[in-house]
Amino acid sequence: MKIEILGMGCAKCKDLYMAAEQAVQEVGIEAQINKVEDIKQIMQYGVMTTPALVIDGKVRAAGKVISKDEIKQML
Amino acid sequence: MLQTLADTLVYDLLGLSAQSMLGAALNFFIYDSIKIFLMLSIIIFFVSILRSYFPAERTKKLLSHRRQFFGNIAAALLGIVTPFCSCSAVPVFIGFIESGVPLGITFSFLIASPMVNEVAVIMLWGLLGWKIMLIYIISGLVIAIIAGIIMGRLRLERFVQDYVYEMKLGENEIADQSLRERMEYAANYTRQILKKVGLYVIIAIAIGGFIHGYAPEDLLVQYAGRDSILAVPAAVLIGVPLYSNAAGIMPIITVLIQKGLSLGTALAFMMAVTALSFPEMIILRNVLKTPLLVIFVVILFISIMFTGYLFNFLM
Repeated sequence: MKIEILGMGCAKCKDLYMAAEQAVQEVGIEAQINKVEDIKQIMQYGVMTTPALVIDGKVRAAGKVISKDEIKQML
Repeated sequence: MLQTLADTLVYDLLGLSAQSMLGAALNFFIYDSIKIFLMLSIIIFFVSILRSYFPAERTKKLLSHRRQFFGNIAAALLGIVTPFCSCSAVPVFIGFIESGVPLGITFSFLIASPMVNEVAVIMLWGLLGWKIMLIYIISGLVIAIIAGIIMGRLRLERFVQDYVYEMKLGENEIADQSLRERMEYAANYTRQILKKVGLYVIIAIAIGGFIHGYAPEDLLVQYAGRDSILAVPAAVLIGVPLYSNAAGIMPIITVLIQKGLSLGTALAFMMAVTALSFPEMIILRNVLKTPLLVIFVVILFISIMFTGYLFNFLM
């Protein structure tokens, strides 16, 4: 599974990254978490508000920091 | 009801006199903090639900290929309801331009959105009443509309960073949310905002309470009354580095108004704090070439000063 966190490095992006990390750990699955900070790449996902969460190429949340539990449900 | 609660606490339970400075300051502090926190929690919750129906992606579609004037009005109004944080300024800007939103209309959005932000507006309402809140919202919208029209007229497209025009936005369907999910999001967001601004608000109300109780009534009349010419530009210059601290600024502005700060100067100051944010300008440098960024800042600066002088003259 591939998880991407889109955002140009703001505080909220770090929060989302941490939430995703914890969620993956608690669910106990194999997943690769990447930060995508390049604006051109971010725009390719059709996302205008950051931070955004992308799981296996699909945008699951944009413009908000969702909680660890919400991410766990998505996994 | 809240006033009775504050009165009982301070005058009856603590036994302070309503005439004493400490009593007045403490009463003011307790009353205002409870009121502001109640208002922030309740209003932000409902505003967030409303906002979840206006994601930037939808706003973009609504504004694409709009005409000047009506487009600028729509952009300024949508700036209020679209959730926006200055850290998203770059992708929002690119997304707008890419989907054919005219440059001037994009700027109307970018000005209105931070200026008429929920925390600033709620605190104005709670502290200074709905009339001043309305004056603030309406003048903020007028500035956003006029500045956007001027920038549209100037034909500044060549000063947008070239790569912006080459960007292609990927297709993306954001899943529709149920009301329950929207409410969960709103509760979450409200909690985040309260956590972020809570401490500032408490400290600011405490300082406000202190000034309220101890400083003489006409402290600022001489320096920052309505006849003082230099007060407006000074207020704007002080406001710029205080970016994104609207929550902490409002309670202090409120008491300063009671001590003689004129309304126009206060408005100019608040607008400089919310709209002329230094980090946002640095972020916008990613998409705007220097001349356009300078024009943007200068136009905002002039409009805010004009608003300040106008209300000093009128009220």
